[in-house]
Amino acid sequence: MSNEHAANGHGHADPHAHGADHGHGHDDHIHPAPTNPLFKYVFSTDHKVIGIQFLFSGLIFFVVGGLLAMAIRWQLAWPWKPMPFMARFMPSWAENGYLMPPEWYNKLFTMHGSVMIFFVIIPLLTGAFGNFLIPLMIGARDMAFPKLNMFSYWFMPPAMIAMANAFMVPGGAPESGWTSYPTLSNSFTSTPGSYEAQTWWLISLLFAGVSSLMGSINYITTIIMLRAPGMKLFRMPMTVWALFITAILQAFALPVLTSALVMQLLDRVAGTNFFSPAGWVVANGPAVVGGGLPLLWQHLFWFYSHPAVYIMILPGMGMVSDIIATFSRKPLFGYKPMVFAIAGIAGLGFIVWGHHMFQSGMNPALGATFMLSTMMIALPSAIKVFNWLGTMWGGRLQFTSSMLNAISFVAMFIIGGLSGIFMAATPVDMHIHDTYFIVAHIHYVLFGGSTFAIFAAIIFWFPKMFGRMMNEPLGKLHFLLTFIFFNGTFFLMHIIGMHGHPRRIADPTVYEYLRGTGTMGLNQFMTLSAFGLGLSQLIFAFNFLYSIFAGPKAPANPWHANSLEWVATDSPPPYFNFEKIPTVYHAPYEYSVPGMENDYVPQTQPLPEPTAHTVVEKA
Amino acid sequence: MRYWSLLFALAAIISVGIFAYAPISPEWWLPAGPNVSAGHLHSVSSAGKQIDSLFVIILLITGIVFIGTQVALVYATYFFVDKGPNGRKASYFHGSQRLEVIWTIIPAAILVFIALYQMGTWASVKFRSAAPKVQPLAQVTARQFQWVIRYPGEDGKLETKDDLFMVNDLHFVKGKQALIYLKSSDVLHSFFLPALRIKQDAVPGLTIPVWFDTDQAGHYELVCAELCGWGHYKMRGNVTVHETQEEFDQWLQSALKEQSRDQVAAVVTGSQGR
Repeated sequence: MSNEHAANGHGHADPHAHGADHGHGHDDHIHPAPTNPLFKYVFSTDHKVIGIQFLFSGLIFFVVGGLLAMAIRWQLAWPWKPMPFMARFMPSWAENGYLMPPEWYNKLFTMHGSVMIFFVIIPLLTGAFGNFLIPLMIGARDMAFPKLNMFSYWFMPPAMIAMANAFMVPGGAPESGWTSYPTLSNSFTSTPGSYEAQTWWLISLLFAGVSSLMGSINYITTIIMLRAPGMKLFRMPMTVWALFITAILQAFALPVLTSALVMQLLDRVAGTNFFSPAGWVVANGPAVVGGGLPLLWQHLFWFYSHPAVYIMILPGMGMVSDIIATFSRKPLFGYKPMVFAIAGIAGLGFIVWGHHMFQSGMNPALGATFMLSTMMIALPSAIKVFNWLGTMWGGRLQFTSSMLNAISFVAMFIIGGLSGIFMAATPVDMHIHDTYFIVAHIHYVLFGGSTFAIFAAIIFWFPKMFGRMMNEPLGKLHFLLTFIFFNGTFFLMHIIGMHGHPRRIADPTVYEYLRGTGTMGLNQFMTLSAFGLGLSQLIFAFNFLYSIFAGPKAPANPWHANSLEWVATDSPPPYFNFEKIPTVYHAPYEYSVPGMENDYVPQTQPLPEPTAHTVVEKA
Repeated sequence: MRYWSLLFALAAIISVGIFAYAPISPEWWLPAGPNVSAGHLHSVSSAGKQIDSLFVIILLITGIVFIGTQVALVYATYFFVDKGPNGRKASYFHGSQRLEVIWTIIPAAILVFIALYQMGTWASVKFRSAAPKVQPLAQVTARQFQWVIRYPGEDGKLETKDDLFMVNDLHFVKGKQALIYLKSSDVLHSFFLPALRIKQDAVPGLTIPVWFDTDQAGHYELVCAELCGWGHYKMRGNVTVHETQEEFDQWLQSALKEQSRDQVAAVVTGSQGR
């Protein structure tokens, strides 16, 4: 059939004909786009559609998780005061005079954490951007396994339904935190949320985990097998590098979480005793044979969940690197060190899980070794920060709303990184462990870091996704308010954490040392900021939805960037991405090359001879 | 356009300002002992004093790094802004191996220093070999949502008939090492004495020794720091530090008397005693 082989692995003109061999051993086998809307938009195997599906479901759950956070903040600032709006939707609160029952606070933060981590940040970063960007950036027509890709999305709705169902079962939503430590979580009698909802939580995460696992296998294979001619590993954009290493992390860490989830599920439904100690009773419930270890769960859970923290930040780092280089009009500073730093974070990420367990009763000598490895993981993070600053240094910075979000990623990640050092120091951790200091830290990394990166990336790739531009003034207003209210909400958590304010307590005024106006005043200030932060997101939601339908039409390369998704295809790209598979000549960071008319050199265009020579030398 | 850099500058300045103000405000800084009004803004336990100084050292090092990186960020976003088509072109360079080596080795050295500098304190507050060789003060069993504290009675031995049981009431003596055995009878809890900087999870199935001291008599609070169920927030204990051993002994005697009276009463009224 295929009689139209292009020479030297270059693509060919007709995307609907059978394709040529691109020197990577795969057939460029092109089917026509499906016309049935069910397969075009719903059960699609097109990585772009799947990416956008992940984007939409992630953003919807972002609203859910955000509203849960507002409710948490209300209770912390004004404990047991009737909650506006929410109370009237809660028939079960009637017997309590529409006041929130105490276990509800635990449900709120449990669901806030679970939703934000498993349904928002991970699916947005790896699901939405991983799917949408990887084939476009490496010059592939689709993922290596398009059907597996489709399944990876369609394993999410069962997870979401199970999680939503957890709110409705007897006893209400789970209450053991997103970490679900036994023996609170594996006993039916320990707390109302562990009666039934915990089982649904476990099922939900099992589905979400399988979804991620399918995605990561696909990303790894695609990046290894389907790169365009000339796209050597060290010519890939940082975004692809970060997603590649993230996928490896997921593929190796997720099986451990999956086993842990299955073990807890068996403890709950089949009467096994992986995590319950001998002869153990909770709240006058039935005694169990026991023989298990509660700490085992913590080891297994953090063996996944610490790498998961990097799963939630590395893609952001990659995307921010690309955005900062583009809007600095300057080559990325230290491309290879940046790649090695990501690899270093991923490698060390597997030997630091014990720092979540310094005060857990784990052998303190083990804590000392985990302290050293944890300190060392700050190093690649520091290298990355220095390289971002180096990239901006001497550039020609364009403060688009995307760039502003990317710069604030760097500024806020510095705070999140530095506060991590306090927690890594075991004796200091003894005081700030499980206080608001850690809450501040995680939010500086996951909101200040990941979420600003998500905003930056959505604005940056929006033209490619939807063929239209987002509104810049609105984008800047959203950034300004988000930045101010974010810091207003989370910075002071360091202070109350330092003062010993424990996390996960529904009412701080129970304790004398937290009752004063100093601490409670800060709590109220943070709550007001959080409401401001929530309201500011309406601007983004409006901008996003309005621009999809009525934004100005986007050119193919609105930011004058170099990577393939901008320079080798349209906005939005056609069904099979590229009219012709492009050939790549260099890494995507050739901005402001001396002696060139344009300040950017697309990856598809060879560098002028003398420059090409020096680039090779430096690499 | 360059004025965006001022937003980042402002955020950094306010952040530094907050941490500069914190040490002079009792409600913002690390929690102090009962005599906070007298200006004692430091921990009142020997472990706490070490932990506070380690905290301050890390705060200073990270503060310097924070200020340095934020100054560089604000400088770059202010001076290297795009000034339109007639402005200067961006410099063209891909990195510098020398800089990469410098900013790898220096932070690595600092981080290793911080880690090694913690080891002594960590070993002295947690390693079992460092536990004080004293009679245990009590056995503390955490349960939903209270601290059951079992003191040895007149024979000075735990797990005997004359033991004193108290709920949410921990007593010990100023200037003496107190050693407790921490247990949990249902779910995870965490024994947290904020003013003493002591924290240790209570794990079902494990018995963990915890030791602490203080140089100020008075009332303190015991916090549960690990999520333990719907009533987690109210799992608060009272801590009383006695000025002298005699005072403690007196309290113990009267508490024991109270307990035996309760037990007699329970027997007399036929209700279920302990």
